[in-house]
Amino acid sequence: MTAADATLTRSGTRKGSVRDPFSSPWRRRLPLLPALLFTIVVTQLPFLVSIYYSFTNLKDRTQSLIPEPTKFVGFDNYRAIFNDPFFRQAMWTSVKMTVFAVGLSLFFGTLFAVLLDRRFHGQGLVRTLLITPFLLMPVVAALIWKQQMFSSLFGILNRVLQFLGLNSVAFISDHPLASIVTVLVWQWTPFMMLIMLAGLQSQPSDILEAAAVDGATPFGIFRQLTLPHLRRYLELGALLGSIYIVQAFDAIDVMTGGGPGSTNVPYFVYQESLGGGFRYGSASAYAIVVVIFAIIIATFALRVLSGLLKDEDRV
Amino acid sequence: MTDHERRGTKLGVGESRAGAIGLGVAAWAVAMLWIFPIAWTVFTSFKTEQDASSQTLHHGLSFHRYSDVSHSTVGTLALRTAFTNSLVVVLVSTVVVMLLALPAAYALAIRPVAKWRDVLFFFISVKFLPVVASIFPIYVYAEKWNLIGTRQILVILYIAINLPLAIWMMRSFFMEVPRELIEASEIDGTSLFNQLRSVIIPIAAPGIAATALLCVIFAWNEYFYAIQLNFAGASTMPQWVIGNVSTRGNFLAKLSAASIIACLPVVLAGWAAQKRMIRGLSMGAIK
Repeated sequence: MTAADATLTRSGTRKGSVRDPFSSPWRRRLPLLPALLFTIVVTQLPFLVSIYYSFTNLKDRTQSLIPEPTKFVGFDNYRAIFNDPFFRQAMWTSVKMTVFAVGLSLFFGTLFAVLLDRRFHGQGLVRTLLITPFLLMPVVAALIWKQQMFSSLFGILNRVLQFLGLNSVAFISDHPLASIVTVLVWQWTPFMMLIMLAGLQSQPSDILEAAAVDGATPFGIFRQLTLPHLRRYLELGALLGSIYIVQAFDAIDVMTGGGPGSTNVPYFVYQESLGGGFRYGSASAYAIVVVIFAIIIATFALRVLSGLLKDEDRV
Repeated sequence: MTDHERRGTKLGVGESRAGAIGLGVAAWAVAMLWIFPIAWTVFTSFKTEQDASSQTLHHGLSFHRYSDVSHSTVGTLALRTAFTNSLVVVLVSTVVVMLLALPAAYALAIRPVAKWRDVLFFFISVKFLPVVASIFPIYVYAEKWNLIGTRQILVILYIAINLPLAIWMMRSFFMEVPRELIEASEIDGTSLFNQLRSVIIPIAAPGIAATALLCVIFAWNEYFYAIQLNFAGASTMPQWVIGNVSTRGNFLAKLSAASIIACLPVVLAGWAAQKRMIRGLSMGAIK
């Protein structure tokens, strides 16, 4: 035991004494501080700088022919946002993309989890195959679908349509949102499946057996016992899924590079700033508006989490 | 969790034998459907470029595409460079995340600080902030401090994106540690470090492993920060894969081989740790 350890030990045995600087509550807070400070510095400070930029007309100097000095423009950037039809379109795309991707991957994830939560030949292998898409790089997942599945030149899907005697479909250019949602659902279904599988496995089996003895049908058991038990897992899956899917960037960048129907809000802000617009002032204003919406959504989401934590207190 | 510990009998509750076989077949069918795009990519990666682009198989299968992509340099980015960059960035960031998250989770679970719920909410709310909202200031300061195109900036940012999730999951695992054990070690007057090392970490080990694995997956696969801040010498694997997309000539087979190379490390790790991950998610999620 080192000297430092010994000091800590002594202060530990005297917990509750006020004279010791390392007694509670500071002794309790100390282990938390490094993580807290790091998170505040790296995630909150840049955000404050973004707020500052959003009130200026900051542009990239190398990108404009006549460099103009950066000055305060008040709420001009914000006023412009509400008159921007492209931004409204991006918001709408974001909502549709997130709702469809989260909803469908939750649906398939639950379905697959139910199929997997039983003994059958090759169960382990099936689970392994099913989780693999989640482990892929989003960039690679998007490339696979773009080049090998959807492509009108080498795509498998069009080969199948051809084989069936149907007209070929330009999936990505004609249905950009559906194509991107397909890739997102393909990748996130395994994640949802893992969460739902965890939920199913935590269900006490004696209750299910009792219900079966009482003559309940499998479907009735699922609807009346399993689904209510899975509610919290569904909420958690929806929450974690939307945190990541609402920020989808890779699939859009690789598959369509933006454009009507597939530019979501993060991609829109990116195009306004580093992605070619270089209007950093107004891009920051867009970003702040996004954050305000994110906070509204997060408030609802956190209420869900808060419910989870309350349940925990009861246990 | 091993297979024989798993709940469930050969037949599910209230199931007929025919139904059981049917559901087993259905499970196999969806697995085939879900793996198909990957299986097809693996298949393509062994073809020649001509076969790949015309979806034929006249020239047999070989590993040539793999040696092509691992020896050619995409632009200025060689596989070896990208791989080393990714490896360093992922390992360093994950280790730091764990070092920060372990004590933080302790202060949120074992001996909670006064407003632990608020702190936990703060961490998780960080994940709701769109990364685009702060990318530009980060870019400006990274440029000011000469961090553009370095591994350091990615390490810092990957710690930031993984830390909230790690704290959140780890706290849940620490809640699983029996209170009696912690109290016993407190009566013995063990230091925080020793308490973590001898009591908490051994019990929470599966969960800690699952958490670290998720951090590795997210960091290895990250693309947005990498292209924004790292276009120079410190490029990572996603950038290397993208570099194999060519506008001239056939590239499908080479791209497939590059995709497989880039994904293989994380996929293998994920396969090896999948049971822990399920357990980790269930414990980490709700408890």
